[in-house]
Amino acid sequence: MTLDTVKHAAETPESEQPWKELGLKQDEYERIREILDRRPTGAELAMYSVMWSEHCSYKSSKVHLKQFGEKAPENDALLVGIGENAGVVDVGQGYAVTFKVESHNHPSYIEPYQGAATGVGGIVRDILAMGARPVAVMDPLRFGAADHPDTKRVLPGVVAGIGGYGNCLGLPNIGGEVVFDPCYQGNPLVNALCVGVMKHEDIHLAKASGTGNKVILYGARTGGDGIGGVSVLASETFDSTGPSRRPAVQVGDPFQEKLLIECTLEIFREDLVAGIQDLGGAGLSCATSELASAGSGGMRVELDTVPLRDATLSPEEILMSESQERMCAVVEPGNVDRFLEICEKWDVIATVIGEVTEGERLEIFWHGEQIVDVPPRSVAHEGPTYHRPYARPEWQDALQADDAGKLARPANADELREQILKLVASPNQASKAWVTDQYDRFVQGNTILAQPEDSGMVRIDEETNLGVAVSTDGNGRYAKLDPYTGAQLALAESYRNVAASGAKPLAVSDCLNFGSPEDPGVMWQFAEATRGLADACQALGTPVTGGNVSLYNQTGETAIHPTPVVAVLGVIDDVTRRTPIAFAEEGQLLYLLGDTREEFGGSAWSQVVHEHLGGLPPQVDLDREKLLAEILISGSRDGMIDAAHDLSDGGVVQAVVESCLRGGHGARLVVPDGLDAFTFLLSESAGRAVVAVPRSEELRFTDMCGARGLPATRIGVVDGSGADAVVEVQGEFGIPLSELRTAHEETVPGLLA
Amino acid sequence: MTARIGVVTFPGTLDDRDTQRAVRVAGAEAVPLWHRDKDLKQVDAVVLPGGFSYGDYLRAGAISRFSPLMETVIEQAKGGMPVLGICNGFQVLTETHLLPGAMLRNNHLHFVCRDQKLRVETDNTAWTSDYTAGQEISVPLKNIDGRYVADERTLDMLEAEGRVAFRYLDLNPNGSLRDIAGISNAAGNVVGLMPHPEHAVEPLVGTGRTDGLGFFTSILKNLLKGAHA
Repeated sequence: MTLDTVKHAAETPESEQPWKELGLKQDEYERIREILDRRPTGAELAMYSVMWSEHCSYKSSKVHLKQFGEKAPENDALLVGIGENAGVVDVGQGYAVTFKVESHNHPSYIEPYQGAATGVGGIVRDILAMGARPVAVMDPLRFGAADHPDTKRVLPGVVAGIGGYGNCLGLPNIGGEVVFDPCYQGNPLVNALCVGVMKHEDIHLAKASGTGNKVILYGARTGGDGIGGVSVLASETFDSTGPSRRPAVQVGDPFQEKLLIECTLEIFREDLVAGIQDLGGAGLSCATSELASAGSGGMRVELDTVPLRDATLSPEEILMSESQERMCAVVEPGNVDRFLEICEKWDVIATVIGEVTEGERLEIFWHGEQIVDVPPRSVAHEGPTYHRPYARPEWQDALQADDAGKLARPANADELREQILKLVASPNQASKAWVTDQYDRFVQGNTILAQPEDSGMVRIDEETNLGVAVSTDGNGRYAKLDPYTGAQLALAESYRNVAASGAKPLAVSDCLNFGSPEDPGVMWQFAEATRGLADACQALGTPVTGGNVSLYNQTGETAIHPTPVVAVLGVIDDVTRRTPIAFAEEGQLLYLLGDTREEFGGSAWSQVVHEHLGGLPPQVDLDREKLLAEILISGSRDGMIDAAHDLSDGGVVQAVVESCLRGGHGARLVVPDGLDAFTFLLSESAGRAVVAVPRSEELRFTDMCGARGLPATRIGVVDGSGADAVVEVQGEFGIPLSELRTAHEETVPGLLA
Repeated sequence: MTARIGVVTFPGTLDDRDTQRAVRVAGAEAVPLWHRDKDLKQVDAVVLPGGFSYGDYLRAGAISRFSPLMETVIEQAKGGMPVLGICNGFQVLTETHLLPGAMLRNNHLHFVCRDQKLRVETDNTAWTSDYTAGQEISVPLKNIDGRYVADERTLDMLEAEGRVAFRYLDLNPNGSLRDIAGISNAAGNVVGLMPHPEHAVEPLVGTGRTDGLGFFTSILKNLLKGAHA
């Protein structure tokens, strides 16, 4: 086969090209020809096809994502916003924190272990590329029905992959979610988050500037794995009758990644890079075009110098390969020797593959012959933009009219007791220790809080006890009922979780998981959810710093529930003041903060007891969320509360049971005036938390709530321990803690072990 | 002057910085050691920390055992220098035959991370003298290749010579024979265990307990005693 050079392409304008097979649309192919004023070479076509894929170009979503910038609240803490590998936030004392959540949904369904493993690897490199030492990870996961046979294939593989890769990197896994719903049956959601810490002056950006600077590719050799991952896998709907997509999934080597992390951090310490970019989706195509596009000047790359795992790879394949554990750095000539020396120390292969040039073109050569000559912006930043049609689905009204308030409620205390036991044992409400015990949560020795706490918290300075907290939340059931409110509820819950741990919420990263953008109903869900999230971020003063959109999450015509997953990062000045969820001391008073209404639409109770999804999700009151957060943070800082648990799915009873189990104590609850036991225990009204207050602090605490206008209702006391501990609702029923423990802890191992 | 305790970093070591911190918390000086060096920088004792050295793609610890640094460590350990192997470090020590036996994949085949209760079986080693024999402690455990095995004769010998240093209590997390969590050599200067004492040295982090600090205070006291003797 002859090499398709730029010269050859100009001479053979009519040559047939496989643009369709590469996932491009006719008009997109025409546009490439217009930009280049000739047909693209094979290598150019490969680059455009991956970079203009939905996954890399955000072509369907970007008209909506704009709002995150337009509505961004004033926030002095934001150091680097959307558009870089990850956003960066100032957390004080000269420290900056970067964090981001990303999806690896499609690969994880096809090949659960490698899909999930490389998801962790990718997000960690994003964080590393900002100049930060990664300090923690967490994984929001969603699977099909817990008892479906395929869940038993996918879930253990995903968990083993996250553990197998993450545990080898030495990053504590401090939280995340595990959710089951039949809507994720053929399309699990495997999202991964990483947090990194650096000093302000260490922030690095992905740009190639300075004529004559060298472009160094370092890390693993390039192989044939993951070719077309972003265009073929992540940007199209699965068709169960199609050929196996497994070769498009990358294979990870966590040992190589660990070396890459330490090597890169040492390179940063010596200030040897002018620009840096990780290689993830779209591999070298992405790294070279993005670096060149963001910098001043052009770039020239000798592609045949790239170290290969498989010598038979074609230039197109090398450009598209998504082989893991690779990074690309721009280095001043004077620093190249030292750079290579550090790589050698860590046994990391490093190769100068090109340099920054004066022109404005990205030029790639293969054994001296030019195979790419493009304006890099046209590849990296000026991809297509779609204004996809969207429309409220016809079924939305009927769904909302199917009010959960009409569902049969327990007729008596015995029935209520029985339903509560069923609830705490249901797969979504049960303990996920079987999953999280397969992750290392202790490594690095800075873990202050980890799953099942409300948020994960790590110390970032040993001297001052400065720390950061992160929570991720999402509720596809709420979002299905009302995507605008559902997205806001996801943010509100995450924000509340961070505050309940005692940290001040600062910034947001989001992973927006939706079905096919070609379906106007799905596109409406997406438009509503982004609008809701942007509005709520503005109201709460927490800007979106970056994130990821995952579309085409559907099997055939059936989309998943719209599932915006929202991560909130918070800062705590003194981690010794953190608030755990455990009720650890008998006699402490339990207060319910916030208002409880009859809100059961999308609730855990409606799912577990009635297999129902209908009505409206709980109302959102963002001013109330802010006030609640302030009270939780003050209460923690001033020693007024010893435990706090946010209320979300499963309501008061779920939170109280979790806090009792965590602390090994029982509780006596009293149904407050004006509420019936059922609503008190199971409603999912937002803007609420349960706190444990030492008796000596009661007056001070209630005075503070009174003065600030936050309803605080005394609902009981921590009481009993050991074999005698009971969670009792006075006048209704009591359940021994041991019975609750069995119900709560045996479900997931029973399904999966 | 305090004691100098070396902490080795192999490619793929994860808990080196945590171990250095634990050494410092105990009041000793932590000295980073690099696997390619032969020189131990005149340290008084060495800790081989946890992790997945060389990815553990062959057998855990099998490659690290051949590093230039380990040649010196083996030689010095035989001469009486105190060496502690934690998790992957324990695996390395069995590969060097400084300690007998081997580690297999956990019997349930999963990675396990938990707060593990142990009984300290002997206070007659360089690393456990600050405990009392029979004392129960809780420290984090996290591994996938943690199942200690040895032939019956070796196990009997370890028991008879008082070299079973730690035993799992309440729950054997990986199927280790005779619930063995850690052992020592005959002289008591070399100790290896799967659980992670370096993760239990500060009340604030991890499990919130400091039960692991005794390893590091033990060695510090022993080294200082030796220096004054």
